[in-house]
Amino acid sequence: MLKGIGVISWEFLTEMPKDGMTSGGIFPAIVGTLLLVLGSMLVAFPIGIMSGICMSEYVKDGFIKRFVTVMTNNLAGIPSIVFGLFGMEFFVNELKWGDSIIAGSFTLGLLAIPIVIRITEESLKSVSKTFREASMALGATKLQTTYKVVLPIAMPNIVTGLILSLSRVSGETAPILFTVAAYFLPKLPNSIFDQVMALPYHLYVISTSGTNIEASRHMAYGTALVLIIIVLMFNLLANWLRKYLSRKVKMN
Amino acid sequence: MEKQFKDKESIEDVMQMQEPSKQNRTVKIESRNMELYYGEFHALKGINIAIKTNSVAALIGPSGCGKSTFLRSLNRMNDLIDGVKISGQVLIDGKDIYNSKALRIEELRKKVGMVFQKPNPFPKSIFENVAYGLRVNGISHKSFIEERVERSLKQAALWDEVKDKLKKSAFELSGGQQQRLCIARALAIEPSVLLMDEPASALDPISTAKIEELIYELKSDYTIVIVTHNMQQAGRVSDMTAFFYLGELVEYDSTKKIFTNPEDLRTQNYITGRFG
Amino acid sequence: MKTIFKKVISKFVEGLLMMSGTVTTLAVLFIVFYLFKESLGLFNMTPVEDSYSVLVNKNNPVKKLSAQQIKLVFDQEITNWKQLGGNDAEIELFRTEDISNYYSEDEIGKNFEHLAQRINEHIEKHRGIIAFVASEYEMKNAASVPLSVDKITLLELMKGKEWFPTAQPAAQFGVLPLLMGTLLVSLGAILLALPFGIAAAIYLAEIADTRFRNIAKPLIELLAGIPSVVFGFFGLVVIVPMVQQWFNLPVGETALAGSIVLGIMALPTIITVSEDALHNTPRSMKEASLALGANKWQTILRVVIPYSISGITTAVILGIGRAIGETMAVLMVTGNAAVIPHSILQPVRTIPATIAAELGEAPLEDYILKHCSF
Ligand SMILES: Nc1ncnc2c1ncn2[C@@H]1O[C@H](COP(=O)(O)OP(=O)(O)OP(=O)(O)O)[C@@H](O)[C@H]1O
Ligand SMILES: [Mg+2]
Repeated sequence: MLKGIGVISWEFLTEMPKDGMTSGGIFPAIVGTLLLVLGSMLVAFPIGIMSGICMSEYVKDGFIKRFVTVMTNNLAGIPSIVFGLFGMEFFVNELKWGDSIIAGSFTLGLLAIPIVIRITEESLKSVSKTFREASMALGATKLQTTYKVVLPIAMPNIVTGLILSLSRVSGETAPILFTVAAYFLPKLPNSIFDQVMALPYHLYVISTSGTNIEASRHMAYGTALVLIIIVLMFNLLANWLRKYLSRKVKMN
Repeated sequence: MEKQFKDKESIEDVMQMQEPSKQNRTVKIESRNMELYYGEFHALKGINIAIKTNSVAALIGPSGCGKSTFLRSLNRMNDLIDGVKISGQVLIDGKDIYNSKALRIEELRKKVGMVFQKPNPFPKSIFENVAYGLRVNGISHKSFIEERVERSLKQAALWDEVKDKLKKSAFELSGGQQQRLCIARALAIEPSVLLMDEPASALDPISTAKIEELIYELKSDYTIVIVTHNMQQAGRVSDMTAFFYLGELVEYDSTKKIFTNPEDLRTQNYITGRFG
Repeated sequence: MKTIFKKVISKFVEGLLMMSGTVTTLAVLFIVFYLFKESLGLFNMTPVEDSYSVLVNKNNPVKKLSAQQIKLVFDQEITNWKQLGGNDAEIELFRTEDISNYYSEDEIGKNFEHLAQRINEHIEKHRGIIAFVASEYEMKNAASVPLSVDKITLLELMKGKEWFPTAQPAAQFGVLPLLMGTLLVSLGAILLALPFGIAAAIYLAEIADTRFRNIAKPLIELLAGIPSVVFGFFGLVVIVPMVQQWFNLPVGETALAGSIVLGIMALPTIITVSEDALHNTPRSMKEASLALGANKWQTILRVVIPYSISGITTAVILGIGRAIGETMAVLMVTGNAAVIPHSILQPVRTIPATIAAELGEAPLEDYILKHCSF
């Protein structure tokens, strides 16, 4: 992987691919990946976090809870390519969104929702019962207890988990294969109904089926390195935030 | 100045501290044939007890006999546990707290404060810990909150130790200080009843002494129910003592009587350590 | 006023929370049902594409064939109708383009206007014929009748030895090669990853000093987060040539290469999860064992591992899960040949890779996947 370092330069990161992807940069792929991460975040976070809160704080133990838990766990266990299949059948064909950022974002978002729910639920569950009791004993309502006491305590874990889920989303190839990714599209998207290039798919393409595999090998090394760096940054960010937030939670 | 005064009045309105009604002035807490089940498990069996206003009642008994369960049923904390069934009556200020439509559960808990066995301050600053109860009850008036926080901390005999570090995390306090902080937190919303579940069991003798002293002082304004495993403590702080055994209230009488001349053999055995 | 407002807000927020829970549940149910509905569509499909027909002579007693039989006929492995339960007659194969061998351009017409008629005539003359033509050239009430082809059945799906959804005249939907490919690659991956993974976990949890552990653990966790395409790429440029050299193969893209890459991918999961389980063994239990005179290894084998076995099992299951469902890395390094593998040095193709490679051509794959992933 060290071979990638030599390839990375400012031009590599900011230019359009050229000459059948054997030279130039990977700028549109980087932008595409960021857009998809953002899009899937918008899809998955609100509903996932709220469902997680609902599941952990409001739904009583019993049949419904077990059923939903089993379902979300199943969903989390389904290979990502099946999400791709569903995304293509449903968002692209059935809803006629075509291969587009929005279809890709929804597909990736669906993939992330079970993860987000699980992270939120687990983090909330690990908040000691004594805090809830103390708050309720002071006459706080359930909702007040949840957002004034439980959520702040769980926040470091939730945020860390969410960022790691984004890291996973940013590296997924299979779900975007047929919902958004463009083989070669050296321009930036204009609307959410455009196709984009994305880093993982770009790496797949130039390492297996590019126009000239040998000539684009160095591009592949560079792309792989950029992907690794993105994941690394997500991880570092998550770690740093966890430390920072847990220090802060004790204080305010 | 005048305006501030008016604000305070309306705040008192919001707090809605209810005066005990005339005919029940002497009896603050009463339970009649109260039964409690955890699922199938019969945890409290026909509890009848009456606790007077501005007195301290101690609950004693072997581990698992239902002391905490009874204490928690007085501010409906057991509602948080799935599968709890309660029958019979629990009256506070003459009102059935389980069947009264008019009484909101949050109102009840505001009136009946609770201090837990282990100190459980929130991961917030010392100030915010005490202010929390006020804030969740809709009070946002700054100087009023500050005043109330100071008063509560003084009542809990903690003010001198923390007055310079109110903005510091509550976790930086020692265990005994944390427990007194929790007491201050409970006092801040001006309850009329204070439930304490082994409040000193995790503390050293000095902190314990401080808390006992505190209970003694609070007695004039509050009705206090305290669970304890420490016989001397029960003897020192309480006016009345209730002995629980296997979910039953075996004996309830003045502390002096229980410790010197109990009626029931089981009480006697427990007090003298011959319990088996 | 203010309190009423606050009450309304809090009711609203609580409602929102409940609603999102419901929405998620419904969405999950919807996805599951949608996938099932789509996959069931397969069983109403005939293997012959809609716009084509397979025709035989009216007098031919054989009226019905399975997809596999049609394939064998057109591959000339079955050459006599007797083999298919008909009369003793040679099977004559006929495709639309063959018409020019029998009729002149004039007879067919400049714009193929007489084509249908000619095909019909041809079929009438040749009793043993089987013709694969576009449906538009099929004539009603003529000497030729369309052969009905069996719908795809579950049994056929499971037993079929060939996967060739684009084959003509009849698509072949045998999942056996895909199933075998998936199993082979996953099994290889687990066999490679399990010993290494558990050994590394034991080392990290029980033997390595804390400093090393504090550095190694985050690194391994980071490894677990690296996207699968990157692993696939790594496999392509490192593992594949290596396998090719070691075994002197014509191509390095084999089941073995897939297993190695998947094994490497599953390692971090197995290590971190089982290390957590091992690490959570209560200190008192270990000390109790050591105090009874057991040495370190005896303690690990008899106390630590039994105590954490459920965690280790979870780790293994998660690892296998990742291996079976993994798509991209496998797609890149296994060579993608949908044949039943006879050795790990042959190219294979797994189910997820098949979906990725052929997505949209058949609704079948998700059906298979659902059955394999639950
Ligand atoms: N949440 C619960 N679910 C089921 N049973 C419970 C629950 N909490 C308590 N119990 C049972 O109810 C009985 C009384 O418990 P409780 O906590 O009131 O005892 P206690 O007198 O406070 O004991 P200790 O002195 O040890 O605190 C016990 O037998 C206990 O097992
Ligand atoms: Mg108790």
